Amino acid sequence: MRDVAVIGIGMTKWGELWDKALRDIFVETALLAIDDAGVDHIDSMYVGCMTSALFVGQEHLASQLADYLGMGPIPAARVESACASGGLAVKQGFLEVAAGFSDIVLVSGVEKMTDVGGDQATYALSTAADQEYEGFHGVTFPGLYAMMARAHMHTYGTTREQLAHVAVKNHRHGALNPLAQYPFEVTVEGVLSSVMVADPLRILDCSPITDGAAAVILCPLDMAKTLTDKPVVKITGVGHATDTIALHSRDDVTTLNATAKAGEAAYQMAGKKPEDIDLAEVHDCFTIAEICVIEALGFIEKGKGGTAAESGLTALGGKIPVNASGGLKAKGHPVGATGVAQVVEIVKQLRGEADKRQVEGARVGLTQNMGGSGGSTLVHILEVQ
Amino acid sequence: MVTPARYWREIPQRYRLEAGKCTRCGKTYFPPRLVCACGAREFEIVRLKDEGTLQTFTVIRVAPSQFVDEAPYAIGIVELNDGVRLTAQVVDCDVEHLEIGQKVKVEFRRIQTVGEAGILCYGYKCVPV
Ligand SMILES: [Zn+2]
Repeated sequence: MRDVAVIGIGMTKWGELWDKALRDIFVETALLAIDDAGVDHIDSMYVGCMTSALFVGQEHLASQLADYLGMGPIPAARVESACASGGLAVKQGFLEVAAGFSDIVLVSGVEKMTDVGGDQATYALSTAADQEYEGFHGVTFPGLYAMMARAHMHTYGTTREQLAHVAVKNHRHGALNPLAQYPFEVTVEGVLSSVMVADPLRILDCSPITDGAAAVILCPLDMAKTLTDKPVVKITGVGHATDTIALHSRDDVTTLNATAKAGEAAYQMAGKKPEDIDLAEVHDCFTIAEICVIEALGFIEKGKGGTAAESGLTALGGKIPVNASGGLKAKGHPVGATGVAQVVEIVKQLRGEADKRQVEGARVGLTQNMGGSGGSTLVHILEVQ
Repeated sequence: MVTPARYWREIPQRYRLEAGKCTRCGKTYFPPRLVCACGAREFEIVRLKDEGTLQTFTVIRVAPSQFVDEAPYAIGIVELNDGVRLTAQVVDCDVEHLEIGQKVKVEFRRIQTVGEAGILCYGYKCVPV
């Protein structure tokens, strides 16, 4: 297996991009990554996208996007694992380069969610849950995470205020990210007085509906040094695991088994432990998600995750900054793009290009991207050479 | 998205709580599966207990379109007395005062109405006891 490096990154401002089509959002971002890498061609590409069918009525997406990027007839494939589609695309690109099948691979993630109304968007997202045994009964995605939150509060004494602190922290970080959809701060009182969506979760506990894309260029590590003068970032750990997609089928709804397993695999491959990680971008689709994720990744003891944001452990300047980019909460969550955007942020940080939200001296970063209520998870560990 | 064939296939589970019990290790799956975690592929059909305990729950305030008229409604994960867990609405109760650990009974109720023809879909809901 060849070592794999990230030599190019691209991301544009996320938000409600009514004037842009999915293909335009993708091409803008892919060109940024291609220019950042300084390459004149790509050999292959992967696109992570959860459901272009339900959001824009378009399938056969990868061929269309390769064409509009001016790269046809290269091989192009779309991969899907609900909200972890982007992370899965990164893994597939990694495998293709590592295997020696291609040298320069574009990995992107994209989702165009605002072409449909709120009802249709809610339905599209709900397809990541078990349609016959969860969706049929009227549970929503906020509802599934709300049930995790209530169980976590009941079992471990996690408080409603502690959940709010996750949103407050991630918005504080996001306010420093000019590409974030919502680059402003919120207060604990603001979160606690926002509209109730699914008890105990309020609207400011939830990540938003977003249009956006992100892209990276991968190549063999040996080649990276000849292609770019920028600090070379190597992908040293890749972990991927699954869990039941129905929340009720799990023995403990507060434990994200797929995240724990994917984390263990990535740590082992990279030869790292949780305490070796300088910063992480994790899947805070809801405030409770970040709490359960940092427990599953071993950043904090099981049951204590609620204290992390409030104590500053996971804030910029803390021991393990989590979601310096603003996370899904403030940066936005165009579902298929999220896993790739996490890698973009970590590469920015490891290159020292993260400006006001720079984690000083960051050498090792981790990304965690999950689908649905945790039924799939990708973890990547990246290190600057 | 409920369609007639899809709805019809699930009737044994939704109307009668039919589950599959592994004849080798005894693990019970709802809905039934073709292969058990133990590797066995032989199952007997059993009917689940209709009483259980609320493990966790939420109150849906922002509902999917076909449930909008019922919001706010409680929905939770219930562990039946035979150890099988399922997701179901909790009805005939004050949603503001539900608690984890509440004993419930499973009842046959209307779940949703679909399509312009207003086809009624039935299944199970839970009621506090
Ligand atoms: Zn068995």
